[in-house]
Amino acid sequence: MAEPFLIGEAMTGGYGGADILHGCTIAVERGEIAVIVGPNGAGKSTAMKAVFGMLKLRQGAVRLDGEDITALTPQARVSKGMGFVPQTHNIFPSMTVEENLEMGAFIRRDDFADTIAQIYDLFPILKQKRLQAAGELSGGQRQQVAVGRALMTQPKLLMLDEPTAGVSPIVMDELFDRIIEIARTGISILMVEQNARQALEIADKGYVLVQGANRFTDSGKALLADPEVRRSFLGG
Amino acid sequence: MDILNALVAFLNFVFVPGLTYGAQLALGALGVTLIYGILRFSNFAHGDTMAFGTMVTILVTWAFQAAGITAGVLPTALLALPFGIAATAALVLGTDRVVYRFYRRAKAVPTILVIVSMGVMFVMNGLVRLIIGVEEQNFADGGRFLISAGDFKKMTGLAEGLAIKGSQAVTVITALVTVALLFWFLQKTRTGKSMRAFADNEDLALLSGINPDRVVQVTWVIAAALATIAGVLYGLDKSFKPFTYFQLLLPIFAAAIVGGLGNPIGAIAGGFVIAFSEVMVTYAWKKVVTYLLPESLAPDSLLQLMGTDYKFAVSFALLIVVLIFMPTGLFKGKSY
Repeated sequence: MAEPFLIGEAMTGGYGGADILHGCTIAVERGEIAVIVGPNGAGKSTAMKAVFGMLKLRQGAVRLDGEDITALTPQARVSKGMGFVPQTHNIFPSMTVEENLEMGAFIRRDDFADTIAQIYDLFPILKQKRLQAAGELSGGQRQQVAVGRALMTQPKLLMLDEPTAGVSPIVMDELFDRIIEIARTGISILMVEQNARQALEIADKGYVLVQGANRFTDSGKALLADPEVRRSFLGG
Repeated sequence: MDILNALVAFLNFVFVPGLTYGAQLALGALGVTLIYGILRFSNFAHGDTMAFGTMVTILVTWAFQAAGITAGVLPTALLALPFGIAATAALVLGTDRVVYRFYRRAKAVPTILVIVSMGVMFVMNGLVRLIIGVEEQNFADGGRFLISAGDFKKMTGLAEGLAIKGSQAVTVITALVTVALLFWFLQKTRTGKSMRAFADNEDLALLSGINPDRVVQVTWVIAAALATIAGVLYGLDKSFKPFTYFQLLLPIFAAAIVGGLGNPIGAIAGGFVIAFSEVMVTYAWKKVVTYLLPESLAPDSLLQLMGTDYKFAVSFALLIVVLIFMPTGLFKGKSY
């Protein structure tokens, strides 16, 4: 089988001190949605940060489109076509929505007006609020700003760290719909989610991590159907 | 009752001096607040940066005057100002390269940077005294008055005169132009927006590909320009003396904190709040009140709340009140 679009293979490492990841492997195919779930402290966010180069790996490698990017900084990975939405502090609160998007496109020297238009099509509410300070928006709207900012570089892979943390169930459903829409445009999605059941429902591929290692890996549907996964991680 | 004369006396002795002093403080506080917002420390060397910039401007002004170059009705110092700004920018960029960069790379906490800036303050202070001396220097030339008290009295027939010094008009207009340029830069240009983004959320700014070294350099250059302009305007309006500039640090910090550290609009508002408080508390209100009250109630005392020697107490008192009741200032500032 051909190699996936992005793969973090047998990643081992942590933030200095003890390792958090132990030979963990995460992969995403082109235009698909991969979801990392697991109990608190399983290393979900850490695995995501490792893929994005925010922590040093002791072992393992990260390859994007066949190219080894293990040694690249996060900034260099953005230039390579990766977009990252951190879990918190993911907007510029005192700047307007439009300025947030402009800052997302900071590395672009071409005209990005059409990308802004695309993001306003995807998130119409942002167009309405484009001159308002992003910090004044509701939690769900802020997440839309954060996702929009990351999309401004026109990434081929979008990484989301718990995009639905702290938003209401209605807003969560809407965000998931938007994420599916983004994936349909050919952008691969890798996300970490607390709301495991809903996330696996939209996932092409699911990774259940426990203590920094892969426990179960399968399609989202298969994981949802697996009685052991249900019992241990989805509350029955 | 003589409301008109009271108003003129108020304008002449309180409003015009307060407005001028406020504009000078606002420019100083803007520099402090920019450094705080972007480099994340309180720069104690700002007063002496003002002194250095003013000193260079004075030296160039003298050279111009000796060469017979003047700006006519405007002070010659305005022509020398760009040279002062350039020299000060070079000095602060050099300081950053030699001193601050080391601590930035070591990820020093803000408290350490504050102490470091005090060291820089003493060095700059010594440098200025060494070059130009500790004495008072006068370098104002050009038109002395926009309107003199005598002319005003003749024009209006009032008993009170309103004098507007040339330096006061130059201060207010220069400050307006400077602030307008600064806000245009911060709001509209790519570099200015990247500075605001960096101040807002440093990690996300790095993630977005904003170059932190460039943001830091541009910030220093702008702070140097603001410091030099503020220092030269203050020197034109009053006089230049290194020790006075060192002391200006207090009202400038008070202005930046009262307005909300890190918030440019706050710095401007804070500058005027501090300036007007100082002027109003130390002004002898007898004249104004005498015009307003019937003769039988005319006050015997000067109606001065505090001697001018104590004007710094006003900044201190306001600072303490604001820190207790509104720790983030009148406009929402931040704290690191």
